[in-house]
Amino acid sequence: MTRSVSTQPEIPNVDLIINDHLVSVPSGSIVAAALLHTGIAIRESVSGEPRGPLCAMGICMECAAIVNGVPRVRTCRVIAQQGMKVVTG
Amino acid sequence: MRIFDVVVVGAGPAGMAAASAAARHGASVCLIDDNAKPGGQIWRGNDIYRDDRFTGLQEALSDSGVVLRGESSVVAHPAAKVLRIETLTGFEDIGYRRIIIATGARERFLPFPGWTLQGVMGVGGLQAMVKGGLPIEGKRVVLSGSGPLLLAVAAALATKGARILGIFEQASAARVINFGVQLLRFPGKLRDGAVYRAAARRAPYRTGAWIIEAHGDRLLQSVTVSTNGVVRTIECDYLGYGFHLVPNLELPRLLQCQIRSGYVDVSETQGTSVPGVYCAGESTGVGGLEKALCEGEIAGLICAGQSGSHLYKRRDRQARFAKHLDRAFAPRPELKKLVTPDTFVCRCEDVPRRALDAMHSWREAKLQTRCGMGPCQGRICGPATEFLFGWNSEHARPPVLPARVSTIACPVEVSRDTV
Repeated sequence: MTRSVSTQPEIPNVDLIINDHLVSVPSGSIVAAALLHTGIAIRESVSGEPRGPLCAMGICMECAAIVNGVPRVRTCRVIAQQGMKVVTG
Repeated sequence: MRIFDVVVVGAGPAGMAAASAAARHGASVCLIDDNAKPGGQIWRGNDIYRDDRFTGLQEALSDSGVVLRGESSVVAHPAAKVLRIETLTGFEDIGYRRIIIATGARERFLPFPGWTLQGVMGVGGLQAMVKGGLPIEGKRVVLSGSGPLLLAVAAALATKGARILGIFEQASAARVINFGVQLLRFPGKLRDGAVYRAAARRAPYRTGAWIIEAHGDRLLQSVTVSTNGVVRTIECDYLGYGFHLVPNLELPRLLQCQIRSGYVDVSETQGTSVPGVYCAGESTGVGGLEKALCEGEIAGLICAGQSGSHLYKRRDRQARFAKHLDRAFAPRPELKKLVTPDTFVCRCEDVPRRALDAMHSWREAKLQTRCGMGPCQGRICGPATEFLFGWNSEHARPPVLPARVSTIACPVEVSRDTV
């Protein structure tokens, strides 16, 4: 078995629109990682706490947001695309 | 509706091995996964880590005519031998003659004060985020919980420039040392461990240590750690935490497979208690990559009418390793005391421990407090309440994930072939 760390070539960016703000992330990023990095709460809990992703594997639903108009999308499952619109709760 | 000889749910190592083995012997195979691409949690972000076994299976799958259904979640079992899967835009019914469940495991999360702050994540969760583009270079990271994943993730994050301020393992030194001794019988695992430790050599590794509280205003700012009773606070950007792994049992439960001691009960051919339903990988015992590959291969061969007996010995050995893991990294009872009356146990519905103290069962808690009734359907708080209160969540009802009304409401296409 070989495990090697590949040298990363310059990765182009893609632009997301998160709550009407333009956010630029490296191509191939998952949307939840972009949200976490910007510090935007992905949802407000039923008692009003700001929440971010927990499991990052599609289980906890903490990262669910509206993506291109589709509600309750687990953003840890979604790779950022140019012009993608994300609305957090 | 398309009907396949074999449907495999979960495209991690077990599912990939199962699908490719079945297809190699002429079965029509459909491989379903939540993610866009095969690889599962361990091989996610394959452009960073290259594993020959992964590339080999990828090639085998693309050459074999296996039908891949990515970004697809199984939500229900609307008729005998039919799965309903939901995609981002719609749903589909898929029929099967035999099914292999390879849905893997998730991290066990136990509540403590501050665990709902942004920046507190699973150990594997944090790694997945980093693989998914989260910048980690120079970030201050604390890892805590239990199990070998702590070291593996410390190594991966350190390689990417994270500052690992500490690795806090709740298991006692005696248990960890005993586990290390058992590892001598598994040279491959021992080698992996040594590689991980070397990569994260600057990070302090402490046993008998756990986080007692996370602090911050909206975002995580620091954590308080208890190490063999000595308490200190560490400022950090991210806390990765998780107490070993628990299997994903929603689909086997939906299909009414027998569960024994927390795992799907399987025969030597990976068959469950339900005819035609097989299970491979972490759902039968959390034992890692080799076990998953081996069990997947066996299940795939059996479902294609072949023998898998040449692999039984190897599989049984890996299954013994899984038992060592469970024993060494079982959460200690002291962790229950961390949960204050105000600590949320169910984070979907914000149910504090106080509300649960008077409950007698998982079912009563669900009905009276909404614990486990939120979007994750008890996937996070279920294992937590099992640990805290000894409750058992035995049943899974469709939809096993939140689904659109249009997905649930539509009747199944009638087809004679499915019965």
